[in-house]
Amino acid sequence: MNKIKSPDELLNLQEKIRSNRDPNKPAITICGGTGCLAYGAQKLIDNFFSEIAKRNLIGKIDIRATGCHGFCERGPLVVIKPQGIFYQRVKIDDAAEIIEKTILNGEVIEKFLYTDPRTGEKITYEHEVPFYKKQMRLVFGMNGQIDPKSLEDYLAIGGYNALVKVLTSMEPEIVIQEIIKSNLRGRGGGGFPAGWKWDATRKAKGYPKYVICNADEGDPGAYMDRSLLEGNPHSVLEGMIIGAYAIGANEGYIYVRNEYPLAVTNVSIAIEKAREIGLLGENILGSGFSFDIKINRGGGAFVCGESSALFASIEGRAGEPRAKYVHATDKGLYDKPTNLNNVETWANVPLIINKGADWYQTIGTENSKGTKIFSLVGKIKNTGLVEVPMGITLREIIFEIGGGIPKGRKFKAVQTGGPSGGCIPEQFLDMPVDFDELTKIGSMMGSGGMIVMDDRNCMVDVANYFLKFLEEESCGKCTPCREGILQMRKILDRITQGEGKEGDIDTLEWMGQAIIDGSLCALGSTAPNPVLSTIRYFRDEYEAHIKDKKCPAGVCKALITYSIDPETCTGCGVCARICPTQAATGEKKQVHNIDTAKCIKCGACFESCKFDAVKVK
Amino acid sequence: MEAQIKEIIQRYNQDKSFLIPILQDVQKQFNYLPREALNQVSILLGVPLSQIYHVATFYKAFSLLPRGRHQLQLCLGTACHVRNAPLIEEHLERSLGIKAGETTADLEFTFETVNCLGACALGPILVADGEYYGQMTISKANKILKQLGKKVESDDE
Repeated sequence: MNKIKSPDELLNLQEKIRSNRDPNKPAITICGGTGCLAYGAQKLIDNFFSEIAKRNLIGKIDIRATGCHGFCERGPLVVIKPQGIFYQRVKIDDAAEIIEKTILNGEVIEKFLYTDPRTGEKITYEHEVPFYKKQMRLVFGMNGQIDPKSLEDYLAIGGYNALVKVLTSMEPEIVIQEIIKSNLRGRGGGGFPAGWKWDATRKAKGYPKYVICNADEGDPGAYMDRSLLEGNPHSVLEGMIIGAYAIGANEGYIYVRNEYPLAVTNVSIAIEKAREIGLLGENILGSGFSFDIKINRGGGAFVCGESSALFASIEGRAGEPRAKYVHATDKGLYDKPTNLNNVETWANVPLIINKGADWYQTIGTENSKGTKIFSLVGKIKNTGLVEVPMGITLREIIFEIGGGIPKGRKFKAVQTGGPSGGCIPEQFLDMPVDFDELTKIGSMMGSGGMIVMDDRNCMVDVANYFLKFLEEESCGKCTPCREGILQMRKILDRITQGEGKEGDIDTLEWMGQAIIDGSLCALGSTAPNPVLSTIRYFRDEYEAHIKDKKCPAGVCKALITYSIDPETCTGCGVCARICPTQAATGEKKQVHNIDTAKCIKCGACFESCKFDAVKVK
Repeated sequence: MEAQIKEIIQRYNQDKSFLIPILQDVQKQFNYLPREALNQVSILLGVPLSQIYHVATFYKAFSLLPRGRHQLQLCLGTACHVRNAPLIEEHLERSLGIKAGETTADLEFTFETVNCLGACALGPILVADGEYYGQMTISKANKILKQLGKKVESDDE
């Protein structure tokens, strides 16, 4: 494509692309997000291509491999357009049948339809699926419509219109005022108002100035930033270009986890194409404004999501945070004024510019505007990414969108905010979710991870899990964080091994407070939260471990025994075959037994028994 | 080796701030970071070896020891953890006779745990030589080890 030299030319190109496209042309969109690819979606995509080639239908049917649609639980996902027919759990070999029946004969294939578990009804169209119905997919919704590798697709849906608007009719200060007015707050977890940050960076002395996109999404169980970057990279680029224009920066970075190879690929392609056409580089759209973006892959350190550690990493050093008495907006990357926002924050910018801050203000709660994307995972029926307006309750997210807990088990807690957050028990399920509310109950909204747990999850074990994670990820600079987390973890180890002592809970509490008070960055100062919040709401579970030497959830190995229920055992012998220590034995078709002296509690028999005859106590 | 390192450093215009991507590329080339390679990077890039070691030991992505022919990565993200990933971890450690993060003496297997692959619907996830296997169980893990040529004593077939 030739370089575009003016905003008008870009609008003409958009128009040309749109007029060349027939909205009624059949299109097969296949989710190509990391989740669906892990189910084998790439082979399905290849099969669709070869099947239409076989039938000489090339050009008559569009096949589009898109980014993540969000409903990961039911992948691989296929949506047939223009009708919007929603097929789920499609197998690699189903391509031919879908083309024959649905595309050529207009027939809906029932076996691929989603069944509403509540009503037993089959659902034909994507927008009627309960998982999507309650969502407000303003930022994430485009993912299902475009091929992330295609700039044309993004332009066809009005992509880069916000940039045109900014370059033709808004002075940088006006852009910043608009973002301030929208009250867009940082989606990475901090919740700092983005407009103020932009303003401070613009006003700071020093040159060059940098804008950075933080895509070092490290919270385990959170993957919305990756899916945005994979599925709609241009929306992030557009946000960054607008931000750079407003701030007066000519250089930008995207710092992305190396564990996200598809995101790295897709955003690299997007940058290349944007550069080719003149949306990045010198004199963007003839405006006189120049800006370009480099990609920096992280080295697998959680702490690099922290701003000053991230800068150190881009500079080629170990990612150790520094004190923040001087803000990054004054001295950030290479000690120059730097504006760092996360992926989702940047992706909100074009939306705000296009539709206006007044419109944006109408969504959300008083102090948290707009939508938030959550990754709803763990013990939940509908695992996936959900975008909802701020202020929605946890109950609506977990039970209406998420479909509740699988296998008829009981909800116990939802963990939000990643390793910095806490576990929220059932009594708070009607709390509205936004930046401020969850903080009041000892957790936080954070970057958007929501891990649901049922009655078979041990809260002491979960707290210990996060401490182990943080013990490994602490950079080691501050002693309270480095040594304190280690000591707290040792206490929790003891408790889970049945060696807890009277007074352990008190020790954990005061130690947690000391770590919070004595750490430089947010990693340390939030590290004790998972422990403190579980003590706050599940103290009885800690006490059961310490006093009764019992793990009520049946997780902590030292405190449980496996046995076989003679009533339900059919003598199939699966447990005996899988047992690595020959502890499970028995004659064929006779009730089996577990020798507790030989049992190493690996759980293999429990997991493989099809009759639920293996019991944990 | 010198030529290969030179080529990698050229890719980044000998810019010191690209030390991390350079080391990532070196590791991709050699499967780990050989000492000799780090010496070369130090000389060619003009960065003290101590600083290179600081970086190479700080970031999890780097390995100073040779890695195995087969790579096994088990996701231990929160969603996988609450779905019993630790039991799979212990099982793999027991079957391979190594701890997570180590390589078998015959250089056949490297087993690592990772913090989140972001494919939580499939949890627990085991990635074997780049291929994703979801809803992992001990018996599925046994099958995968077998396919990769590991002798496994018990399985459920």
